This record gives sequence, C-alpha cells and structure tokens, in this order.
Amino acid sequence: MSRIEGVLKSLKSQGRKALIPYITAGDPHPDQTVELMHTLVKAGADIIELGVPFSDPMADGPVIQQACERSLVHGTSLRQVIGMVKTFRETDDQTPIVLMGYLNPMEAMGYELFANSAKEAGVDGILTVDLPPEEADEVAPLFTERNLDAIFLLAPTTTDDRIRAISEHSSGYVYYVSFKGVTGSGTIDIDEVASKVAHIHELTALPVGVGFGIRDAETAAAVGRVSDGVIVGSVLVDTIARNQADPVQLNKALTDLLHPMREALDNLTV
Amino acid sequence: MKLTEEMLSGFPDARGHFGAYGGRFVSETLFDSLMTLEKEYKRLKNDPDFQAEFDKDLAHYVGRPSPLYFAERLSRETGGAQIWLKREDLNHTGAHKVNNTIGQALLASFLGKKRVIAETGAGQHGVATATVCARLGLECHVFMGAEDVQRQSLNVYRMKLLGATVHSVQSGTKTLKDAMNDAMRDWVANVDDTFYIIGTVAGPHPYPLLVRDFQSVIGRETREQCLAQARKLPDALVACVGGGSNAIGMFYPFLTDESVQMYGVEAGGLGIETGKHAAPLSAGRPGVLHGNRTYLMEDENGQIAGTHSVSAGLDYPGVGPEHSWLKDIGRANYVSVTDDEAMEGFRKLTRVEGIMPALETAHAVAYAIKLAATMEKDQVVVINVSGRGDKDIQTVAKLDGIEM
Ligand SMILES: Cc1ncc(COP(=O)(O)O)c(C=O)c1O
Repeated sequence: MSRIEGVLKSLKSQGRKALIPYITAGDPHPDQTVELMHTLVKAGADIIELGVPFSDPMADGPVIQQACERSLVHGTSLRQVIGMVKTFRETDDQTPIVLMGYLNPMEAMGYELFANSAKEAGVDGILTVDLPPEEADEVAPLFTERNLDAIFLLAPTTTDDRIRAISEHSSGYVYYVSFKGVTGSGTIDIDEVASKVAHIHELTALPVGVGFGIRDAETAAAVGRVSDGVIVGSVLVDTIARNQADPVQLNKALTDLLHPMREALDNLTV
Repeated sequence: MKLTEEMLSGFPDARGHFGAYGGRFVSETLFDSLMTLEKEYKRLKNDPDFQAEFDKDLAHYVGRPSPLYFAERLSRETGGAQIWLKREDLNHTGAHKVNNTIGQALLASFLGKKRVIAETGAGQHGVATATVCARLGLECHVFMGAEDVQRQSLNVYRMKLLGATVHSVQSGTKTLKDAMNDAMRDWVANVDDTFYIIGTVAGPHPYPLLVRDFQSVIGRETREQCLAQARKLPDALVACVGGGSNAIGMFYPFLTDESVQMYGVEAGGLGIETGKHAAPLSAGRPGVLHGNRTYLMEDENGQIAGTHSVSAGLDYPGVGPEHSWLKDIGRANYVSVTDDEAMEGFRKLTRVEGIMPALETAHAVAYAIKLAATMEKDQVVVINVSGRGDKDIQTVAKLDGIEM
C-alpha cells in the first residue's frame, strides 16, 4: 500500500476528511520551503501537494503564476525540489508528498532519472497538469513500476467514459477540479460539486479530492462533506505572498489559515 | 525519406502526433472541447457547404488567388536563380493570417459559438481575427503581450477600431508565448461558449492540422501558378517560421515533390551564438509547451527561455510540431538570419521591387537572396511574402533614429 493510500484509508476509517494544502516550492525562497512544509503538517495537513515552478503555468491564475516567478528568480529547479522533499523526509516519514507541476521540467530532466530521484527522495505521487492519460503511455509506467501514485485531474467537462478511463490510470486519489477556470479564479458551486463528486464515486472506487475555490473553513467544510479531501492552494500562496518579508509571521499566518479548516473538517459529522 | 500521399495521410495520426511531436498536452478541462472540435472538423472538412463557403470567402473577401510575381529586377541584381514572390501581402488585412481566421471563424459559426478569443504577436493574427469577427458579428477578445502592444501599436488600434477588446498581457516575458498562456486561461474559464482561434500551426491537436489545412491554399495556388508561369515546379521554397503557419501552408502541397527543396527561416535575432534569438529548430531541443511536443527554446531545467527578434511575429520559443517532424526526417531545411540581415532584406525588396515586406517576411527575403545567388539562372526560388510591412514602419523608423 502506498503512503497516500494508507493515509486516506486510515482517515476514512476514522470518518475524517483529508486536508491537502498546496504551496509552490521555492516560494518565497528555496531555503524556506522545507520549514513551510513542516508548518503545514503541524497545522493539520494530511498530504502536501508541492508545486514545481514552471515559467508558463497555463492552468494557473495570477496568484500561482507570481509564486512561480518568485521561485524561479532563485533558479529553483526540479532537482532542487526533489532535494527539498529528501530533507523534509529526514524528520517526517509519515506525510505523503505529491509533486504537482507541468510536464516540461520533467521531460527536460529525463523521465527515468526523474522517477528514480523522486522515489529515492520519498516522493509519493505525481500530478502533471498538462499530461492527460492519453499522452502518458511512456511516462506513467515509470511511476507505477516505482510505486509512485499517478494522480490525474477530472473536470466538470470530463465525460463519463473519460472519468472511467482516467480513474483506471490513477492511483492514490483523483483530483476533481471544482470549476471551469484557472486556479484562484472562480467561485465554487457546492451543490454542483456535490452531485458531480457523488457521480464520480459511482464510477470509481478511488478517493476523490476536490480543489479550486476552497479558501476558508466554511468552503472546506462544505466540500469536505461531499468528498474525501480538500485541496487548498491559491489562498495559501496568497498568504505567502503577503507575508514573504517576515518568515516568523509567515509561518503563523499559514497556521492561522489552515487550523480553522482542519477543525471544521474534523467537526463534520458524516 | 521520399514522402508519398499515402504516408502523409497518417500525419498527424489519430492522436494528433507527427512522429514524436504534436499531441494533446492540455489540462483536463479543455480535453472534451478539443475532442469535439476534432470530430466536428473531420465532418465539416468533407461537407460541401462548408468548403463552398470557405472558397467563396477566400475568393471574394480575401481576394484570392494571390499573385505569383516574378521579381525580375531583384533576380537580376542577385545574379542567380529566378526569384518569384507569392503575394500573401496582398490579401485583405495584409498577411497570410486571414486564410486561417476565415476557416476557423467559419468553424466557430458552424459550432454555434458566439465569443471568439485569439492570441497575437505582431498583431496580424489579431487584426485578421477581429476582422472576421466584425463581419460575422462575433464578440472578439485578443490577447497580446504588453511588449508587443508597444511595438505594434498600429495594429492594436486597428483591432480596437474593428470592435475587438485587446487584453495587454503582463505576465512572463510579455510577448507571444504569454499571450497564448492567457488565451488558454480564458478558454478554460469560458469553454462552453468560446471558440479559440489559434493563429499558427501550434497548440494542441487538432489545431496544427486545421491551420495547416486552411493555409495550404498558399502552396496549392503556388504549385499551379508556377507550372503555368515558370513552366516548371519551383526548385526551392523559402518562408519565414514563427509558429510556422505560412511556411507549412507553402510547403505542404509540395511535400511529395522530391525535387522541391524547402527552407524555413527562423529569427536569428542578435545571432544564434548570443542566445538572443527565436530559433528553436536551429538551436533548441524537443519539449512540451502549449499543448504539443515540439522543438523549444528552454534552459537546462526545462523552463521556457526568453526570445528575441526584431519582428514580433517570430518572437516565439516554440514551433508547429509538423515542422519538428519535417526537420527530423530531413524533408525541410531550417535556417536562420539575424535581425540585421532581415533589415537588409526589408530594404532591398522595398527599393528594388517597390514591395515593402513585413519584418517577419524580411527574414525569408534575406535568406532567399543568399540562396538564389548560389543557384543557376534556370532555377526558380519562390519566397512566401507572408505579409506587408506597413505595421512595422514605426519599428523601422526607430532603427533609423527617426521619431514619428
Ligand atoms: C506577416 C507575418 N508573417 C509571418 C508570421 C509568423 O507566423 P507563422 O510562422 O505562423 O507564419 C506572422 C505572425 O504574426 C506575420 O504577421
């Protein structure tokens, strides 16, 4: 069983929902990322999605675009991001880490080397925004062979046939994108998400995490009620942007943001 | 490799691949739209009503066929092969771009989409899109890098006059690639009612296929005209390559004519050795950007590199996937000329033939002159004059130190 599967199974058996924060590696500075990851865990994170910065993040709104730019100013590379996970693992071998990013940095590094290094560093899952399963024949087996979970996106526009096919290619969980738009843009329609996630649950046995549009305890609870986990991104990255000058304040601000979400999720009676 | 019609029909394959290139590398939200577009295009491609409408618009609205003109004086001064010009600059709106926008806008209408978005570099594709939208009564949004908004201000104003909203893109390098990023972002958010008219043979499948089909009218006409006027097939074709739409439009109908050499001319900027250029086929390596795998300019970590060219329309770090394939199999040659050489080409064609080419086109002109000089008098070189230079007057004046 993968670390991701283990965590999600254990949460499920306790009737709890996963809290999955996203931050961009190297933002505001590569030296701070590992500390921020530990902060996220202390504040209640079950799984961390660690963003690999890319020069052309086509599926992201301005908040995460700027995080990529802040990170790339310091030349943050995929190798360095894998190094951050390795350092994180020195003191935390429980919390699953999903690398989330775009394909080109992985292609430039070389897929085999990437898969080997990621596995060796203690990465658990890979989510590549611009890699649909149709293009993944070459890459996905390299992940599966190493027991790295391949996590794919589902969207409001995904047809039933594709939900089935994508789920077959996925392991760990599937990531449902709650609205049509880039990260940090739209507002989430809870009723719509509820019915779509219920429908996805009919088509696959995999846990369903929901991301895009979750910004506070209230939206986290509402989405947690109808899914297996919530992914929180832009609001955290925005908090990093606003507190980048003061590392102490930054850790506190992230904690203050995540903590109420954790509590709200744990107070759900489902 | 000798290409046959039968072989060509397999490129792209069912998943939009040209060998190792092309494909559909997009976020999930767009996937279904691309599948629908592909299905509908396949249907409409063989629909006589659609084709008749397209042909009618090309004839009466664009003004096709565009002439194939023998540049006698330029040929004589160059002292080698005969240089002929395919006059896409004479099209309505002044460039080849309109061939494609007519086709895609027609697709949008057949699909019932009321809102159109487009990216633009030089502004030619933006103007061509705004033009067809004005004619069809479609809402039009054009994304343009903030730097290009500056250097192509004339075209920005043209788009506004035509009723389009121009979005100045502030992210990244503020040029064409960033405009394309923002167009994709808009499309994800408005995928139900919006048609994305991509301006070149790049992007996810089926765009490289349909843009190539719409632009192939250039090569089909050239083939007929050359046989009629020069009484032979061309020996060499020369076209500039930004994303590669005017080049593929010229090359494609000649791919199975083994005797016809093809030269795609990339922007060498300040010189390939300086790194300040926009020549992915000459100096890049394969990667994935904007929905397809192709040659790219990138750093060792896979971050897309900044580009430089005097011409906004060539200032792009990628290139259409079919060109990447043609390069690898050796069917077409890809070369580059510098900003300075292109400027010389611009001045030469202007002074010797009274034809002022776009700065993009000037790259093809500069290379063709060098090439023709090495060839025999009975040989024929055809330059695809992809656009006229009016939009670049301010840039040229600035290089001459003149404030306008
Ligand atoms: C006149 C002209 N030629 C060439 C290009 C380059 O595009 P492509 O390589 O797709 O033909 C442009 C792009 O804006 C253009 O305006």
